Amino acid sequence: MPQREIAGTMIDFDDEGFMTDHTQWNEDIARALAREEGIEELTDRHMAVINFMRKEFEEKGAGPSIRRLTKESGVPTKELYQLFPKGPAKKAARIAGIKKPQGCV
Amino acid sequence: MPEPIEKVSIVISKGSLEGVYPGLIMANGARMEGIDAMLFFTFFGLDAITKKRMNSLKVATVGNPAMHMPSIIGMLPGMSAFATSMMKKEMEKLDIPPVDEFIEMIHDSGGGIYACKAAMEMFHLKREDLCDPVDGILTVGEFYEKSAGAQIIFT
Repeated sequence: MPQREIAGTMIDFDDEGFMTDHTQWNEDIARALAREEGIEELTDRHMAVINFMRKEFEEKGAGPSIRRLTKESGVPTKELYQLFPKGPAKKAARIAGIKKPQGCV
Repeated sequence: MPEPIEKVSIVISKGSLEGVYPGLIMANGARMEGIDAMLFFTFFGLDAITKKRMNSLKVATVGNPAMHMPSIIGMLPGMSAFATSMMKKEMEKLDIPPVDEFIEMIHDSGGGIYACKAAMEMFHLKREDLCDPVDGILTVGEFYEKSAGAQIIFT
């Protein structure tokens, strides 16, 4: 799926549905992508995770490991799995508009 | 298209650092993908959930050809401690947590942590010897019941 209209903007995606250009992202797009993932409403806690992932991605070129994410975003493991059920790492990365996580932990 | 994996049940039966971590990484990785996971610790694998021992697991430097050194060197005093500290440093770089933190992380992510009843009796261990995140002590029969629908992975 190369290009798709999300929240009124044409967005580039890779074959697995991750945005290929994180600078095209905004919060409306995040909300639309979240709904595709079955998350009806993005709360402040979702946004804490998403913003931390974006910050890490901008600084390091890759999303954080789950361990760093829970330690540094202030969202503990249990809550992270409640916020993004059925696979937090991939789901949060997709909503955050960054590439698919590459790490194993 | 083949069916996606929905549940894994991972048995950890060894107590060396390299015997324990692969199972932990696979269980955590399963949860990250939204796959149900449970861990079953048996025989020397129990060291990984025994409070006194879990953070001092060692790399086996003897009888391990992949260490790329003759076993007789691996036998020298301190070699195992040295190899262990080297490996821990490398793991820290990859953000792989120490055993206690890793077990807690898997538990908090919804993964089940279970001890084998027969092995507990064999080593004279009690519930209070095990770390807090342990969800229960199971017989082999109970292990299979809880593994219903899962892929069982023995390590």
